[in-house]
Amino acid sequence: MTINEIQNQIIDEFSDYEEWLDKYEYLIELGNSLEMISEDQKTPDNIIQGCQSRVWLVAKLDDDGTVCFFADSDAIITKGIIALLIRVFNHQKPQDIINTELYFIDKIGLSENLSPTRANGLLAMIKQIRYYALAFNALKK
Amino acid sequence: MNINELRKDFPILSQKIYGHNLVYLDNAATTQKPQCVLDSVMKFYTVYNSNIHRGVHYLSEKATEIYENARLKVKDFINAKSRSEIIFTKGSTEAINTLAYSFSLKYIKPGDELIISEMEHHSNIVPWQLYAQNKGAVIKVLPFDNNGELLLDKLESLITEKTKIICVTFVSNTLGTVNDIEKIIKKAHEHNIPVLVDAAQAIQHLKIDVQRLDCDFLALSGHKIYAETGIGILYGKEKYLEELPPYQGGGDMIKNVSFEKTTYAELPLKFEAGTSNFVGAGSLHTALDYVDRIGIENISQHEKQLLDYATNKVEEIGGITIYGRAKNKVSVLSFNVDGAHNYDVGMILDKLGIAVRTGQHCTEPIMTHFSIPGTVRASFALYNTFEEVDRLVEGIKRAKKMLVG
Repeated sequence: MTINEIQNQIIDEFSDYEEWLDKYEYLIELGNSLEMISEDQKTPDNIIQGCQSRVWLVAKLDDDGTVCFFADSDAIITKGIIALLIRVFNHQKPQDIINTELYFIDKIGLSENLSPTRANGLLAMIKQIRYYALAFNALKK
Repeated sequence: MNINELRKDFPILSQKIYGHNLVYLDNAATTQKPQCVLDSVMKFYTVYNSNIHRGVHYLSEKATEIYENARLKVKDFINAKSRSEIIFTKGSTEAINTLAYSFSLKYIKPGDELIISEMEHHSNIVPWQLYAQNKGAVIKVLPFDNNGELLLDKLESLITEKTKIICVTFVSNTLGTVNDIEKIIKKAHEHNIPVLVDAAQAIQHLKIDVQRLDCDFLALSGHKIYAETGIGILYGKEKYLEELPPYQGGGDMIKNVSFEKTTYAELPLKFEAGTSNFVGAGSLHTALDYVDRIGIENISQHEKQLLDYATNKVEEIGGITIYGRAKNKVSVLSFNVDGAHNYDVGMILDKLGIAVRTGQHCTEPIMTHFSIPGTVRASFALYNTFEEVDRLVEGIKRAKKMLVG
């Protein structure tokens, strides 16, 4: 699936939830089921320090030329949003990650979580995802 | 004191957030404004607006009168000796920065020492690092115990002949502890050391009498006591303020200026460079009058009842850790739901219309002390009700169920 197809799928899933707390329940569920990154990968190099919550991000380039992301957070709702971001960007080509506009978070009503003043690490994480994609893209060339 | 009547003075409180009646429990961050304060701001701009001091015209005189009357109100409110001791700043942070800069310039030499408590807000740590530590001074830390009480018996051993100032908060914004300021000041004065009291979290809860306390400096914020943002106070004993050099240069703080030599204005204007926030000062006057009408003791008593009620109810939930168990506390309740991150709890409470603060509350050393990333902080003001505490408790239960099952 393309990045936008996945984004649209997520928007569709969230349209089932009218209540805020139902959305959060779903995010908590996603957060809990996100594949953990190992403790030894939670290094200062991989941390994205927020004032409110912390995020760790690891990326690698697979043999098929797509990027594989692993991430974690100490806050579970943040982690749920991370699970969505990973679902969107995982196994995509670096070029596609760089070129695609990220719109699903806004559409499902969670854009407040990307405010720079929230300091939950998410905004910086998205930036970091794009930096990884840029780096892998340069590497391929 | 009829809370339901008082609540009508605060128009913001009657709104709905995400479909719920707003429960505003972030009062340690900022308090809501009563209608009289809002009216005073509107009236200033519609009737008196003009720049203060040295204007020959009617409006400038009126505006100056409002500004200077506000200074007299503050002087009376904290029982300072004279208006020269009341310096308007934009808040307590600027008040501390002003003092830290001027004090360090005048009195600090390499190797000198400062004592700062472990429970200070970053605003009472960083300015001293910027100005005193950079001049080679050493910062010594007065620790607190796990109940959130300062270890005052350690103070004596921290004091040396190089100690130049002791900087301590009256009330902890994170733990709610009311520190025994008088004891600290007495001990400091035995060694002729001046004391700065950060009263940003005290002024809205406790009667402050600077002459009785005998503190040398005190910092205040207007917005924590129902006034506008952008107005605060640095109180200082006249003998120090006379000696200290100005912090910023500009208009209003000078007597004569030439390229060879500039002389400074008399106190308090020496420390008020540039156009002051005279509208904010007027709003502070109105807010302090409002608090006086209700009575700070009545406010304090009501808030204490709310805190005790909330503490008991939150403890009854089980699986909650409360931070700050001092015997003498104001209405700040810091806690964590065991097994959940404070940020998640705060986000869920928010969607239930309950405004709390989460994180480190600008007191990272306190978080380091307890080895936690942060806390959820509910803080109560004069307009909060027991029903609102019940809503908070229900919200915490809901969050706990969602986050830890």
